[in-house]
Amino acid sequence: MERLLTVSGLTTEFRTERGTVKAVNDVSYHVDEGEIIGLVGESGCGKSVSQLSVMQLIPNPPGKIVAGSVEFEGQDLLRYGRESREMCAIRGGRISMVFQEPMTSLNPAMTICRQMGEVLTEHLGIDKAEARERSVDMLSQVGIPDPGKRADDYPHQLSGGMRQRVMVGMSMLCNPKMIIADEATTALDATIQAQLLELMYEMVNKYHTALVMVTHNLGIVARYVHRVNVMYAGRIIESGTVRELWANPMHPYTEGLLKCVPKLGERLVPIKGMPPSLINRPPTCPFLPRCRLRQKSCFEEPVPELTHVEGDHYTTCRVRLEGLTDD
Amino acid sequence: MLTYIVRRLIHAFVVIVIVSIAVFILIRLLPGDPIEMLISQTQLTETTPEMIEALRHDKGLDRPLPVQYADWFVQMIRGDFGTSIMRNFDIGKEIGNRVTVTLMIGLSAFVIGLVLGPILGIVSAVRRGKFVDNLVTVIANIGITAPAFWVGILLIFFFGVRLKLLPIYGYTLPWDDFWMSFKQSLMPIFVTALGPIATTARQTRSSVLEVMSEDYIRTAWAKGLNERKVILRHIIKNSLLPVVTLQGTMLRMVVGGSVVVETVFVIPGMGKMMVDAMLSHDYPVVQAVTVIMTLVVVLSSLIVDLLYGWLDPRIQYD
Repeated sequence: MERLLTVSGLTTEFRTERGTVKAVNDVSYHVDEGEIIGLVGESGCGKSVSQLSVMQLIPNPPGKIVAGSVEFEGQDLLRYGRESREMCAIRGGRISMVFQEPMTSLNPAMTICRQMGEVLTEHLGIDKAEARERSVDMLSQVGIPDPGKRADDYPHQLSGGMRQRVMVGMSMLCNPKMIIADEATTALDATIQAQLLELMYEMVNKYHTALVMVTHNLGIVARYVHRVNVMYAGRIIESGTVRELWANPMHPYTEGLLKCVPKLGERLVPIKGMPPSLINRPPTCPFLPRCRLRQKSCFEEPVPELTHVEGDHYTTCRVRLEGLTDD
Repeated sequence: MLTYIVRRLIHAFVVIVIVSIAVFILIRLLPGDPIEMLISQTQLTETTPEMIEALRHDKGLDRPLPVQYADWFVQMIRGDFGTSIMRNFDIGKEIGNRVTVTLMIGLSAFVIGLVLGPILGIVSAVRRGKFVDNLVTVIANIGITAPAFWVGILLIFFFGVRLKLLPIYGYTLPWDDFWMSFKQSLMPIFVTALGPIATTARQTRSSVLEVMSEDYIRTAWAKGLNERKVILRHIIKNSLLPVVTLQGTMLRMVVGGSVVVETVFVIPGMGKMMVDAMLSHDYPVVQAVTVIMTLVVVLSSLIVDLLYGWLDPRIQYD
């Protein structure tokens, strides 16, 4: 498979009154063509911010991408300005994004059809009549009943699930190479969630589109995703195929996450403690305060880079990597 | 939609009845008597109580108040505003002449505020923290805090008295002498428009900033639209709703402000007519002008409410 996206050393900071927050800290990952990858982690770990950084949609100020590179189809996107022509051509055309908030992500003062058509006229330069035709066709593909009539509805006339279908349809319009689904189904109820996931899965397979699924639902990950990146406190702390991680989690945080997946007849084991503040973090392992494997040396050594274990499996736990035991 | 408009017009009628009763009573509660003023004006050295009573009867002011009110209101509905007590002119005709003057100045000021306020607000929000933004903020603060009569007097002092660039008082209709009319209108229009421009600019600025952080604006960026398209297509329409509400109240301010501005610049409009009539206790004139101003206010808020439906499709009329 061809390499589509290579992110390396991506670091995004937010200036706040209490100090600088490194929301994304030295994050590196890649996506191949047509591949579905997962990005998991608890709230506030930098999943969304890392993806918004790739799209250069971080509000500046207060946010700023301070280091790293985002190589997409051989171009380094970070060399282009936020509002540059090149970046605008990529956003919505080559990479599109589906957001978490279906209720507020559509413009309340514009019909569905015009909002969708806008993407087409912008990137493909086709006229409004054809844009409408294609939008209606896409609405029927994402399972909106009576799409010809619904196209002229305003967002408030649609349910949350319908709106998210519109968003998914909108993201597919220009046949992009990659879609980022930022917790796209989190705000919906379970049955609608399942329908939408199936729909997205179908669509990306049909058009051979790569998909980055940002989620904290490991059930979704297990079902649809090829490879997973686990994020904690702004860093990717472990990555690998679903099979590798599920069978053999190396990082105690990944282990903890997997124990938090509800299974019938089993007790949930929560991870004790809270994620650390991201202001002025020391270079040591961010999971240290909550870790049950920690060694004395963990408090002194900086957290290692993602290190190869086997196959596609990488981790940052030095205890596991170096086979340290109690000293 | 039609039933909504009809219902609103009925409301408007009720408001006008209430206002007419209020002004009818309040103007009579003021100390002073129009008949005595009229007599002292005509400078009769000797006046007998009989003469006063005869004049009072002549003007119909000796009838019971409810009768006076009912008579006045019914006549008004028929389009007859009655005659001035002091100067015997037909009030309807006089208002017709003067309303043109007030509207020439008021509407020009209103339109300028309508256009300039939002533009300044949008520019200031888009370039927030930059020089333009600070400049607009400072000017807006001055515009909001400085009273109209004071700004008017300052302008008269500088441009009229010191620099002798503009005439300091009076008004000419543009179809009589356009250049004179233009010069005479500049300062009154500026003074009238200053408040609306300032308030609208500030409201628009904060409204635009709020809309800018909405999720759907992020979506618009994610579609690959450039800044111009994001602002023109997605931000402006959504940020105009609170501004339109404000514009509705602006029309009221412009109409009400005419009282002050026309007095400062000695302009023969409705506001000046109102002030003169109040000072001379000319009951029917005060009543008529008040009702007309109320009509303007009520109708402007109806227009605003209808505009909402166009701006925000979530609003339905029924």
